[in-house]
Amino acid sequence: MIPELGHFALILALCMAIIQAIFPLVGSLNRTPDWVALARPVAWGQFVFLSLSFGILTHAFLVNDFSVLYVAQHGNTELPTIYKISAVWGAHEGSLLLWVLILSGWTVAVASLTRNLPDEVVARVLSVMGMISIGFLSFLLFTSNPFERLFPVPVQGGDLNPLLQDFGLAVHPPMLYMGYVGMSVAFSFAIAALIGGRLDSAWARWSRPWTLVAWVFLTIGITLGSWWAYYELGWGGWWFWDPVENASFMPWLAGTALIHSLAVTEKRGAFKRWTVLLALLAFSLSLLGTFLVRSGVLTSVHSFAADPARGLFILMFLLFVIGGSLFLYALRAPGISRGGGFANLSRESMLLGNNLLLLVITALVLLGTLAPLLYDAFQWGKISVGFPWFTSMFVMFTPPLIVLMGAAPLTRWKQQDPAALLRSLRLALGISIVAGLVMALPVREGSLSAGLAVALSLWLLSTLLTSLKQRLKNRSGVGGLLADIASRGGRSYYGMWVAHAGIAVFVIGVTFVTQYDIEKDVRMSPGQEIQLNDYRFRFDGAVPHKGPNYTAQRGTVRVFRDGKEIAVLHPEKRTYLVQSRPMTEAGIDAGFLRDIYVSLGEPLGNGDWAVRLYYKPFVRWIWLGGILIAIGGLLAASDPRYRMRVLARMRGSRTATGTTTAEVHA
Amino acid sequence: MPRFVRYLAPLVAFIALAGLLYKGLSLDPKLVPSPLIDKPAPAFSLPLLQHPDTLISNSDFKGEVTLFNVWATWCVACRQEHPLLMQLAKQGVRIYGLNYKDERAAAKRWLQMFGDPYLANAFDEDGRTGINWGVYGTPETFVVDKKGIIRHKVIGPLTSESIKHELLPLLKQLQEEDG
Repeated sequence: MIPELGHFALILALCMAIIQAIFPLVGSLNRTPDWVALARPVAWGQFVFLSLSFGILTHAFLVNDFSVLYVAQHGNTELPTIYKISAVWGAHEGSLLLWVLILSGWTVAVASLTRNLPDEVVARVLSVMGMISIGFLSFLLFTSNPFERLFPVPVQGGDLNPLLQDFGLAVHPPMLYMGYVGMSVAFSFAIAALIGGRLDSAWARWSRPWTLVAWVFLTIGITLGSWWAYYELGWGGWWFWDPVENASFMPWLAGTALIHSLAVTEKRGAFKRWTVLLALLAFSLSLLGTFLVRSGVLTSVHSFAADPARGLFILMFLLFVIGGSLFLYALRAPGISRGGGFANLSRESMLLGNNLLLLVITALVLLGTLAPLLYDAFQWGKISVGFPWFTSMFVMFTPPLIVLMGAAPLTRWKQQDPAALLRSLRLALGISIVAGLVMALPVREGSLSAGLAVALSLWLLSTLLTSLKQRLKNRSGVGGLLADIASRGGRSYYGMWVAHAGIAVFVIGVTFVTQYDIEKDVRMSPGQEIQLNDYRFRFDGAVPHKGPNYTAQRGTVRVFRDGKEIAVLHPEKRTYLVQSRPMTEAGIDAGFLRDIYVSLGEPLGNGDWAVRLYYKPFVRWIWLGGILIAIGGLLAASDPRYRMRVLARMRGSRTATGTTTAEVHA
Repeated sequence: MPRFVRYLAPLVAFIALAGLLYKGLSLDPKLVPSPLIDKPAPAFSLPLLQHPDTLISNSDFKGEVTLFNVWATWCVACRQEHPLLMQLAKQGVRIYGLNYKDERAAAKRWLQMFGDPYLANAFDEDGRTGINWGVYGTPETFVVDKKGIIRHKVIGPLTSESIKHELLPLLKQLQEEDG
């Protein structure tokens, strides 16, 4: 009975979404205030029903209700509680339910935090979000009902895919979805602006914090995914250019271009058409990502159930949403005014360059992801575009991007005197070239890449410091810095600062771990020792070990440096009982400057094991960079100028919504 | 209208992409990875599930078009698939089973309870034969032709649609080939 209530709640949510999509929009066009006023309560109604539905599915997992097909397939009585909860989004149906729930969450956030915006603008934004919701809810109800019953009821469930039984992956999808779906807010603002024909700097200021927060979630999601792949897949890799990874990376790239372009539109009124197009693109790429993952068009390590019927549905939906929005763009774009002009050397031109480079990279990732499909469709044979292709094109386009990133904050809006720019860049240029040369000479394997990375990274950091010095020339000491951070527009600047520094850290991490990591595949008998770099590894054998829902062979590897024991690692080879799938659990000694990474291969008899040993310098810097980028984004989104009026109003009327979310989102 | 046309470029690019994706839907990437397609079935010799002292081997398949279905009692999707196998057996399709990493008693109980669509079941207790056949999850179904060559592989449960549109036409075509 309870699962049927969940199903029914879903249907009611769809009805709410239909009302939300039609009435506020029509009302805003023919000036019917009552219809416009429907938008907010209906958005809340949809959220309540979706929460109920999601809660019921979670409950079914917690009480092991195997009469629900989805629970029988992915749940299990032996599953630890946290994975019973994460199993809800562990496969197709449930993860879609999470998708719409999050969409609805963003919708009510927009509904409650935009009270200072004109009502008909909010009505249109919510209406567009309602249309997106209709698409996904009907997809859920008509092709992927999570509440389908199973009879006869099995005594035990099929268990959650062991790969997903991990904390990192339990929280990875919600973060990623927050990012994907969050891009729908910028999209809906853009559509609302196109419908109303009002594309101005106010529109850019309204969309900016939403876009930033969505982008932060995407950043966190991708970083988590990379970290998970590193410790869970047992190969020591941190990014695989897998279609599913690319599907999350493309909206991130477009989103990065969008937040920079929005800055220009807000400050200078320029790039309006471009910004609108990017807002459409960022969400379109999120939808495309969903299509690629769900339809089975591309195979990947991550893919859940692939089903062409579902694929066709999403494709139709894509045609409607993306095709429709691009058509609207084509209708409206000629009427959009040009906005402020700028010289060839100006911050605008630099940001335009950065935007173009980001889009080129996005296009190349898209091409690489779709290449197998392209070849297949035109019957050129089956190929897969490999890792080296992606890496080489990335190495080609990232350096110019970083050069621009360093120079842009030191360049004036509208027009910049070249000589003055050169003067402020002189020091940074000197530092990075010298440091790069020191790193690259003497020439040996990998030193050229390392030199380039060090040069780029120091270029970024020293230009950032130069810009900070210029900014603080009228303030002094720590007090001056804090006052500057607190000033209007201050957090925007420091957010940029931290995020760009994150890129510098990331570049070092990626290059060093790629060029200088050491990897050894060895056969080890108990008691045997192996030297790798400065480290000595002793294998003390593997013993059986029993977990809640798996059995394992648990190895012990002691690591010594200069005769002193520095770490005891326990790599495991697990077999999950229900799906009888072997899994590798790496033993990792994490450090700021290096990781030591040990994983077990196959047992070779007599207690011997194939053991893989890695020394990975600076690998943590990859994720540290990701974290800094996310912190920067949050800092920028929390800039007082986005929320002055909201807070003032909250103090006045004490609305029912929490002030803490207001501070993050507004 | 030239200005309007210029701004249609993104839409045109998207429609081209959508066309490609539509085409992609009709192609099945799952067919690609199995290296065993069009190769002779890997040899095995295993005890029968019902009679531990009798052996079954891949030479039992020879001369007839055969489905080789990998299943286990611990696999929920197999349960979902089971009625379809029963139907296929009724239509006269020859199905052999590979009972994969299972308990003998449980597997026998399963066949008693839900019916036995198999001509015979090989009992692969330690999963070695499964590994040789490239099985990476249950259920999986192999189509072996009269010469003992693997012609098709279905990963995951059969569905009534995939049976109607893929499996039965393929079986018919293979029946017409020479043994």
